[in-house]
This record gives sequence, C-alpha cells and structure tokens, in this order.
Amino acid sequence: MALIAFLYQFADSFAFLVLCAAGLAIIFGMMGVINLAHGEFIMLGAYATAISAHLGIPLPLAMACGTVAAAGAGIILERLVIRHLYGRPLDSIIATWAISLIASQGMLIIAGPTIPGIATPLGSFAIGNLTFSTYRILLVGAALCVLGSLYYLFVHTRYGIYARATIQAPDMARALGLNTDIVYCATFGLGAGLAGLAGALYAPTMTLVPTMGAGFVIPAFITVIVGGGDVLTGTAPAAGILGIAQSALTFKYGTLIGQVGLLLAVILAIRVLPRGISEWIARRAS
Amino acid sequence: MHPTTIQSARERTMRIEPMMKCLMITLLCSLCLIGTAALAVETPIKIGLLEDSTGDFAAAGIPKVHGVELAVAEINAHGGVLGRKLEIIYYDTQSDNRRYQEFARRVIYQDKVDVLFGAFSSASREAVRPIVDQAKQLYFYNNEYEGGVCDKNVFFSGEVPDQVLSKLVPWTMDRFGKNVYTIAADYNFGQISAEWIRKFVAEHHGKMVGQEFIPLSVSQFNQTISNIQAAKPDILMTLMIGANQVSFFQQAAAANLTTPMASFVNGPTFYEHKQLPPPAMNNMYIAANYMEELDTPENHAFVGRWHAKYPNEKYISQVGEDSYVGVYLYVKGVEKAGTTEKAAVIKALESGGMCVNAPEGQVCVDPKTHHTSHTISLMQVLPNHSLKRLEVWKGVQPSWLAEAGCDLTKHADQSQYTPSNPPSRK
Repeated sequence: MALIAFLYQFADSFAFLVLCAAGLAIIFGMMGVINLAHGEFIMLGAYATAISAHLGIPLPLAMACGTVAAAGAGIILERLVIRHLYGRPLDSIIATWAISLIASQGMLIIAGPTIPGIATPLGSFAIGNLTFSTYRILLVGAALCVLGSLYYLFVHTRYGIYARATIQAPDMARALGLNTDIVYCATFGLGAGLAGLAGALYAPTMTLVPTMGAGFVIPAFITVIVGGGDVLTGTAPAAGILGIAQSALTFKYGTLIGQVGLLLAVILAIRVLPRGISEWIARRAS
Repeated sequence: MHPTTIQSARERTMRIEPMMKCLMITLLCSLCLIGTAALAVETPIKIGLLEDSTGDFAAAGIPKVHGVELAVAEINAHGGVLGRKLEIIYYDTQSDNRRYQEFARRVIYQDKVDVLFGAFSSASREAVRPIVDQAKQLYFYNNEYEGGVCDKNVFFSGEVPDQVLSKLVPWTMDRFGKNVYTIAADYNFGQISAEWIRKFVAEHHGKMVGQEFIPLSVSQFNQTISNIQAAKPDILMTLMIGANQVSFFQQAAAANLTTPMASFVNGPTFYEHKQLPPPAMNNMYIAANYMEELDTPENHAFVGRWHAKYPNEKYISQVGEDSYVGVYLYVKGVEKAGTTEKAAVIKALESGGMCVNAPEGQVCVDPKTHHTSHTISLMQVLPNHSLKRLEVWKGVQPSWLAEAGCDLTKHADQSQYTPSNPPSRK
C-alpha cells in the first residue's frame, strides 16, 4: 500500500523531470545552446493550450496547438537570434535571458497577471483509503511516449541521422551536402516544441501566470546537467535517479526536505560524473 | 525759504511716509499670505505606494494599487484633504523584497512622502519596517497578516488571526470534527499563522494531526496530498501564498481530496474561486472581512464605482478593499490633526473614535495597537464557485495584542509578537 503510493510519487516525479527536461536536453544537451528562455516556451505552450481550450477546441487538440505554437516560436527565434550564437555559450546566456524577460513581461502586459485555467480531466481513482488523480498517470505515459518517440526519431529516421551528424560533425555534414542551417532550425524547433508540450500537459494542473515557467527551469537544467548530452542515455536515467531522491525524501520528511535532497543529489551526481550520465554510458559502451 | 515751510514740508512728508510704510507693509503681508495660501493649495499630499504589480504576487498587488487609486480619485473629486489634493507616487516592487527596500528608501528620502502605503507579503513588510522606523515614516500596511506587530509608526487596515481564526477554527471544528491538518507557505506569515491555528485548536480541545510548510517555489503537490489523506483530518487549514502554491487546489480536486478546507487567505487574497476552474475550491470555508460578493447596498455601490474605473478588473479582493479603506483612515487622521505632520497624524489616529464606513461595514482604529476592528464573514464556496455567507460577526476587535501588553499610546514600540512570544511588560 505504502509501496504503491511511493511508486505513484516516483512515477510522477520522473514524468515531471523528463517532460521539463526533454526540450532543454535537445537544445542545451545536443546543440550546446544555453537556453534561459526554456521556461517561457513552456509558458507559451501552456497559455496557447488554455486559450485554445477556452475557445472550444477539445483538450487534446488544444495541447497540440500549444506544442505547435511553442515550436513555431522556437523556429522564429532560431532564425532571428539563436543561429548567430552557436558555439558562443556565454552570449547565448545573455540573449536567451533577455528573450525570457521580454516574453514573460510581455505576456503580463498582454494577458494580465493570470488567465483562466483548465480543469484537470479524467477524475480520480482510489487505492485503499488514498485517492489519486488519473491524469497524472497519463502524464507518466506521456513522458514514456516522449522518450520512445525521441528514440525512434533520432535512431530510425532520416532526420535523426542528419541531426546527429550535424551536431557531432557539422563541417563534415556540410561537406556531404547537408543543409545544416535547416537541420539546426528544425532541431531547435523540436526542442521548443517539446518544452511547449510540457507546458501543454501541465496546464490543467497549475495556475497560469506569466512567470509559471520559472518553476520548470531549475528542474530542467539540473536534469540535463546530471544527464549529459543525450536524451535517452542521459535525461531518462537522470530523471530516474533524481526522481527517486526527491520522492523518497518528500515521502518521509515533506516537500522542503525533498527539494533540498534533490539539489544535494545533483551536487553529488555532478561531482561523481562531471560530464553527465550519458558520457559515462558512452565510455562504458566503447 | 523760511524754516516753517521746510519743516512743515518735512512734517507733511514724514506724516505721509508712515502711512505709505503701513500701506506697503500691509500690501506685502497680503501678498505673502496669498502666496503661501496659493502654495499650500498647490502642494499635494504625497502618498508613497509600493505594491507588486508583477511577479508571484501580482494577482494580489494589482487590486491593492487600484484600491488606493480609487480612494484618492474619490477624495480629490470632493476637494482633497485640508484643501490639498492627494498624489500617489507608485513603484512596482515586482514581488521582490530587495526592490521593496530599494524603493522604500527612495520614496522616503528622495520623494519625501507624507505617508507610505504598501507591501503585501509579510516578508516584504518586515523588510521595509526597519527602514520606516529609522526614518519615523508613517506607514499603512493594508492587508490581512499573521498579527502581532506593535509599531508606533505603522497602522494596519487588514484583519489579524485573533479576529478571524478565532472564529474560523472553532466554527469548522464544531461542524466537521476535531482533527486539523495545516498546509502553509514556509515563511514568517505561514509559520506564525500556523502557530495561531495550533493555539485555537488547542483551546477548542482539538488535535493537530499534521502540518506541512512548503517553499514558495513549489508547484507540484502530489506527496502533500497523499500525506493529508494518510493523516485523515476532519479539516484542512490552508495558508497557500503565491501563484505556484495556489496550484495545490486544482491538484487536490483532481486527486479527489474531499476534506473540508478552511482559510483566511485563499479566496480573499488571490480570488482562487475566480481563477481556478470549478470545482477546485468546492468545500472551502473562507473567513474574510471583505469579498466582492458581499450583499449590502454599500458594497454594491462600491463595486459599481470600482468597475466604472476599472472595467477589466478580474476581482475586487479583500486586499483591494483594505487598501481603499487605508486611504480613508489616513485622510481621517490628517483631517483631525489639521496637518500632515507625521507625529500629529499618529496622535490623531490614536485619539479614539477614528472610524470609517467601509464597504464591509464600520472599521475603527484601535488606539493602543494601531490595528482595526472589522466585520468578519464566514462564507462557503459552492461547487460552481459562488459564495454563500453562513455567519457574520460585526465589530470584531483586534484584542489579543492589547491584552498581551502592547499600548502604543503609552510606550512606543517596534516589535512583532506571537502567542509564544508576547510582549513581556510588567
């Protein structure tokens, strides 16, 4: 009984970290762009979802709208700003921080301090005398789907080969005739879209305010840093380890200790594996 | 020329000269008086306003700014105070305590305001209070808080736990049962208010079956919800502050947490029953001195005036009304004192009988503690998020602090007290 409750908590924590971090893992982990506007892509996805849902669009479609909106914003941003910043991590910090401020304050000015939220769908189920939200199980499913789809995308599709080639050896890829500009653009758009998806999926569980992205940014960054560059061999195991640390401590001692424990786990992990889990796995494999 | 002519000519001149002098002096004096009067009419009374229009607390801060603006507009339309208009000097503190300190210094020392209004979170108030006390700046704090501040320079237009929790906790315990669980934001307001809850639960022979203090940045509450269910409380007291923490109610509703909830902040401060989709706030019992839904003619007129000035206002919250009332209390003090000089206004406000007919009912300043009496309403949030008033108590005095020993008419003080740390005066 307690085990089931704990498993539920762990799965929920794992899903939250995977969904937060997937987009950033691609943009920061794969492309090396430090994207401090990650939280704002999440906010954009959540806002677009909520606005579409209130216009009458059914929720799954509204979430698709949110994802597409964030992906579109990502592509525009890449074309205008980011493509000048590849290989310049410190400059990308400043530029994306500026974009983050413009986006969140701009949203405050346009839409006000809060917009009406969406009710959480799917009701609840009971195990013993504890009840749980069914929607959060769906979030776990969504996280696993995202991991599975990214695996399929990067390993079994042409785009995936192009993307990995471009990121690992851009000059060679260009020499072989790949249009690396388009690949970078599409990959950034993918990362932004995944952030938008996280926002869309969590929109029915949160109050929608322009600064809501801030609650996602730290978990995303620590998961990507602990995980390393690769989404599958990095982000997923990192989310697993950090998820266990956080949920075990919250279970026993409450939310505050859970947060503290999460950050201590990060410090430990990057001390032991400074280049991330995926690097360690890659070294083991070779 | 013989001397008489010169002499009489001189006498004549000398007789005229005093008259001329007198006339000139009178003219000069009248010009001076007119000039001073003109100057006095033109110099506005400066109200410094520090509120969060952006950041985590924006939903609370914006109605507070509007409340002050509305009151100032109404008073100026009626000719101002002592023939002078009120002027607001406003800085957006962005829910950031450092901004509060920075702008407090600016507004006191640079803008030299006659009165300071503002701060929302208790942390920001405590960040500003030392600066206020050092400058002996008259300061109005205009929302509910955890109580206990006994400060010569500060006046409070909001309610405190011994007025509101003293009613809410026993009422909900009588109705639902003796086991109480508290979830609170983890800073001074949440910790001290939770202490007050423990006090009233103990006095009413109840049992605290759990407490959790949650950092302001947390927005996912799964484990919190499970912990609450495991403890099987009869009542859940909530003290959740800020946009992140307000997400709790939606998640609890999704997880089908059916425990009756009670709060004096969730509802009145962030209007969760308007922000969150129903039925997230169903089964919440609110104790407040003001909600927009109050069904009195004074309130309907007030709501009408507010919406005329701010047609897009999402909700007129309790903190907005408290800010509006704060302006009227200050103005009453200035009119009684006949000046904006801060010590004189403080003395006037301590003179007793300083009452204002607020939209909630009559609000009076308690001379000893600088807090205000209020009408407390207990309301139930229904599944469709409308409110049903179940009880009302009029003229509830903020008596604990005075009974515990705070008397600002006799001893100036600058401290905050709690039930476990009362003023220890012989």
